[in-house]
Amino acid sequence: MLLAFVSVLVFGATQILPGDAASAILGRSATPAQKAIYRKQLGLDKPLPEQYWRWISGVVQGDLGTSVASQLPVTSFISARAGKSLVLAIAALLVLLPASLALGVWAGIRRERPVDHAISVISLALIALPEFVTGTILIAVLAVSLRWLPPTSILASGGALANPKLLVLPVLTLCVTAAPYLIRMVRAGVSEAMGADYVQMARLSGIPERRVVLRHALRNALAPTVQVFALTVQYLIGGIVIVETVFAYPGLGQGLVQAVVARDIPTVQGVAMLLAAIYIVINIAADVVVVMLIPKLRTAG
Amino acid sequence: MSAFAFARAVPGRFAFTRSWSVRIGLTVVALVLGVAFIGPYFAPYSPSAEPGIPYTTPTGSFWLGTDYLGEDVFSRVLSGGRTVILYGAFATLLAYLVGGSIGLLAGYARTRLDDVLMRAMDVLLAFPPILFLLVVATGAGSNIWALVIAIAIIHVPSIARIVRAAALEISVRGYVEAAIARGDRTDVILRREILPNIWGTIVADGGPRYTVSILLVAAVNFLGLGLSPPAADWAMMISENRYGITINAWAVVAPALMIAALTISVNLVADGIAGRLGKSVDTEALRR
Repeated sequence: MLLAFVSVLVFGATQILPGDAASAILGRSATPAQKAIYRKQLGLDKPLPEQYWRWISGVVQGDLGTSVASQLPVTSFISARAGKSLVLAIAALLVLLPASLALGVWAGIRRERPVDHAISVISLALIALPEFVTGTILIAVLAVSLRWLPPTSILASGGALANPKLLVLPVLTLCVTAAPYLIRMVRAGVSEAMGADYVQMARLSGIPERRVVLRHALRNALAPTVQVFALTVQYLIGGIVIVETVFAYPGLGQGLVQAVVARDIPTVQGVAMLLAAIYIVINIAADVVVVMLIPKLRTAG
Repeated sequence: MSAFAFARAVPGRFAFTRSWSVRIGLTVVALVLGVAFIGPYFAPYSPSAEPGIPYTTPTGSFWLGTDYLGEDVFSRVLSGGRTVILYGAFATLLAYLVGGSIGLLAGYARTRLDDVLMRAMDVLLAFPPILFLLVVATGAGSNIWALVIAIAIIHVPSIARIVRAAALEISVRGYVEAAIARGDRTDVILRREILPNIWGTIVADGGPRYTVSILLVAAVNFLGLGLSPPAADWAMMISENRYGITINAWAVVAPALMIAALTISVNLVADGIAGRLGKSVDTEALRR
């Protein structure tokens, strides 16, 4: 249902200037006759609802159309790039989740102490930094001044896994951008639990502090971890678009930006639908898991 | 602007400057605004003149060196701040104009508009903002105004919901019912009775939203989908010059530092204002 709305949105937004695609692709020197033939070939001469119907019935069958720039099917464009993006996203997740959970819990346990204030202020500052600024500064310091790492990730043969050094800067950039938000969420949860009555009660009954934190506070505070995980994945879907462009990393995000610049409408529509679908599935999956973890919510639905 | 709104909303104006992070934030905001709006008049070269050869390192005549076309980086840094600050402000104001009006009317009239707003939010939340902007850019070409409108659309449903909730709470108060009993016109009631009382909510919500608008404007300019080349813009400078980062790093680092200073300081001030209004910054709005 939601996907249907999203598909209309994707299709509608790419058609704000109908017919312009032909002129954009053929260039200014194209004669009106050439443009007309081209439009006919793309089906652009049909009314919009009919075009939408043709496109969406293809999408449902797994046919995303043909790229107007390369004349290859959009699905092969996606399969050539998706793996590289997946490697980047998984690497980022593996660093991001443990790091932000640890920092968030640390700040939450030491609430209102210097550690907490330092983590809170720094994360508040970093939460507002765009990826491409973080990425650029990291390149300038770590790649250009110190020469520790390569500045871009133009992949040699063997892909990203064979050259793990190439992944360090993009992953670091994604982490610095996403971690502050996650840390603040985890901190808020832990900090609230640490002030709750049942934690006081456990302390007063003489249970050692370590046990109080681990058994009583964290167990209750970390139920939203599932949501943190879902949010991270959702952030990464948007984040890789920018980060891949910054580092010239040949994944789906960079390909999408190139397709937008070239006004390659079928490719943009296909990639956007795929990313939106993943986004929605993650969202629903997270909701289901949370309801399974917290029995209280079950009656609400 | 939000500082003035705040001063009217709560007695003891400027009390929020007591926190250090807010003081630093305000100072940096003032500095960045100064560079962006007064700076262009002090630029040694026109931002689109090409007085040098590409990628010279800093010298006496080019303090930050030159960029990929041989333009003076220092002059372009001085001239490149207005775009992101103003387009971000346009997008945010447009979003409040539309979203605020819808929310105010929905809250006061107590219609079932909420369902519609919820569905609209579902669709927009099912879509990473940057993806939405990319799709719009494909349809509209590289057109900064289309993207400003798109950024406003991203904000509208959530603004409408927040304003609606606040207006709903106020509209059952005695003074509103008194105004209705007096026979005041609806627009007068909305303006005199309801708006002043939900102003605090709007201001606390507006800070992080402005930060997000700045981030999105900067992102589309970085991706080359907003403004086009001769224009000077910090985000665009980063993408134009990034292949010369090993030769003259300042052409990239200087605009990057300016954007960082702008977004961080705006966010610190927004957090301080929200804190003084007894509201925590809605980090949900900052989610990307």
